[in-house]
Amino acid sequence: MSRDKGGTAQAPVDQVTGEIGGELSAETTSEITAGILARRAHQPGALLPILHELQDRLGWVLKQTVPQIAEALNLSRAEVHGVVTYYHHFRSSAPGRHVVQVCRAEACQAHGADDLLAQAESLLGCKSHQTRADGAVTLNPVYCLGLCAMSPAVMVDERVYGRVTPQRLQEIAAALELAA
Amino acid sequence: MTASAITVYVPCDAAALAVGADEVAAAIAALCAARGEAVRIVRNGSRGLFWLEPLVEVLTAEGRIAYGPVTPEEVPALLRAGLLRGGAHPLRMGVPEQIPFLALQERLTFRRMGVTDPMSLADFEAHEGWAGLRRAVALLRAEGGAAIVQQVTHSALRGRGGAAFPAGIKWKTVLHANADEPDGQKYVVCNADEGDSGTYSDRMTMEGDPFMLIEGMAIAALAVGATQGYVYIRSEYPHAVATMIAAVERATAAGFLGDDVCGSGLAFRVEVRKAAGSYVCGEETAMLESIEGKRGIVRAKPPLPALQGLFGRPTVVNNVITFATVPLILARGADFYRNFGVGRSHGTLPFQLAGNIKHGGLVEKAFGVTLRELLYGFGGGSASGRPIKAVQVGGPLGAYVPESQWDVPLDYEAYAAMGAVVGHGGIVVHDDTADLSKLARYAMEFCAIESCGKCTPCRIGSTRGVEVIDRIASGENREQQVVLLRDLCETMVHGSLCAMGGMTPFPVLSALNHYPQDFGLAAATAPVVASA
Repeated sequence: MSRDKGGTAQAPVDQVTGEIGGELSAETTSEITAGILARRAHQPGALLPILHELQDRLGWVLKQTVPQIAEALNLSRAEVHGVVTYYHHFRSSAPGRHVVQVCRAEACQAHGADDLLAQAESLLGCKSHQTRADGAVTLNPVYCLGLCAMSPAVMVDERVYGRVTPQRLQEIAAALELAA
Repeated sequence: MTASAITVYVPCDAAALAVGADEVAAAIAALCAARGEAVRIVRNGSRGLFWLEPLVEVLTAEGRIAYGPVTPEEVPALLRAGLLRGGAHPLRMGVPEQIPFLALQERLTFRRMGVTDPMSLADFEAHEGWAGLRRAVALLRAEGGAAIVQQVTHSALRGRGGAAFPAGIKWKTVLHANADEPDGQKYVVCNADEGDSGTYSDRMTMEGDPFMLIEGMAIAALAVGATQGYVYIRSEYPHAVATMIAAVERATAAGFLGDDVCGSGLAFRVEVRKAAGSYVCGEETAMLESIEGKRGIVRAKPPLPALQGLFGRPTVVNNVITFATVPLILARGADFYRNFGVGRSHGTLPFQLAGNIKHGGLVEKAFGVTLRELLYGFGGGSASGRPIKAVQVGGPLGAYVPESQWDVPLDYEAYAAMGAVVGHGGIVVHDDTADLSKLARYAMEFCAIESCGKCTPCRIGSTRGVEVIDRIASGENREQQVVLLRDLCETMVHGSLCAMGGMTPFPVLSALNHYPQDFGLAAATAPVVASA
């Protein structure tokens, strides 16, 4: 479910604040949103593609963009808010600079995923579904990365890892300087 | 690249990338450059022998020779051992097609998988690509779309997403829908929201042979008269999304999609839509809502999507493997395909071995193969070396199948008769350390998280289910709580709008019936056969 894309892979936010997930000025956010809406609003069923692009650019779906999207698509704010909050992928708060996802679906559970998630929590100093206080990392459980013959599986931003042993998880965290 | 460059294959499948395929490819390229050896590295799809990934192949005078699993650290030694000429090395697996795991399969839909470069139109065409579409165009010209539908109907292909509804009947409904409105909009939608744990055949198809899926969708469009298609892909599959977007662009530029599909004079465009992490959007009507830009809430049926589907228009909705199988049926004839399989389950299914299994991977076999054959003949037993205790077949909504049922042939009807499902062909293996009451609780918990909330049995029942299983585990009025759990499951099976709530009881009841000791119950008090 919550496959959250870390904003780190995309650079465009740099022109705005120099960092991902930082505070954006209301004006700049509104300009970015307007640009996306101008290109996509005419598309049939445009809301999900719009939200994806917005989140890819900004790292999350900022609350202040909701009225603007609603107006462009002739929807109520409640409808847009409903969609943003229905889907696990869309974030209503800023993510960490890296997003670590540990699969805990059955195939990974059969191969130690529960222990791996517990290890990730202590290793990263961050509980599931939370972003660490220093903003370095968000940890999420995920329900199936499709790497079920390579269990247990982990995804960091958009990079996938299979057959992840406790040792391997430590190496991954160390390489990204994420160990708490 | 020079004429004498040696071709080396390193898979680009996400599962291969997850164990370092990119690093292996980079190491081979760098070391060969340093040694002055001209190599051409092709990023092929995966053969689906995942315990051997990254599986590197080299094209020699004797054909392709495979080595695996290759790590970047081992590349120097492999090159010294003569990897580029198929030299001897402990990792040398020989001719890939002769590895028993592959040699014993019946690869029809997956015949190109791992053989070709997924992004190469030339490769695709050289391996029977577009032959089905060309036949469809000829049939359309000679006899109309109904002749294409007839081929699919006669092949007895059933929906491979899990519901196993005959594809031809669905297509026929769409073909004849709104007959008084000949130019009315119709859609073809591919359900690529492969959310079931233990399944990855859709992902492999999109990453390893995307033109096959495009070809199948184009055939469907010509058959029913649709002009717009969507591929709805889960956001958890970024590699599949990227590959499909690129493949659609290439197929459009080459005239297999777009204004004039393969010289038919008919238009069909395809757009890739990225899902957003909702499991229930794998249910076809929730998926249609999602493509329309709404919350993925299940619709009541009727109306059937075939009559009122996407944006209220007639819509063919099929799973990736269903569409991907159609080109072969057209190219080789419906009889060729229907002669595989048993009973009313014709053809093949790409089974996916996952979880605690020694040789995990994709096994395409005709229906009728047994679970025992898959687990031990192909899978080699558990990865941990411990006895296999339970096998969940058909995803998170599928039953746990105990050893007493491992010799039942895998076909839709035989599995339904024992309260289980073949589903999308996912097979998740658990060894004897698994606690089935914990897995039953997880099934209810997953349903509570993923329920769309429209119907009460699913929305409330799943939460109550977690609570009841917790009480059983703690031994609180245990016998009474078991009665309550069965009653709750019955309500969910019969009262839910879709398979989410309607099938969550399958894993729960099968765990309870076959593994009562895990719930603190005496084995004798529980019935042996699942009643779900």
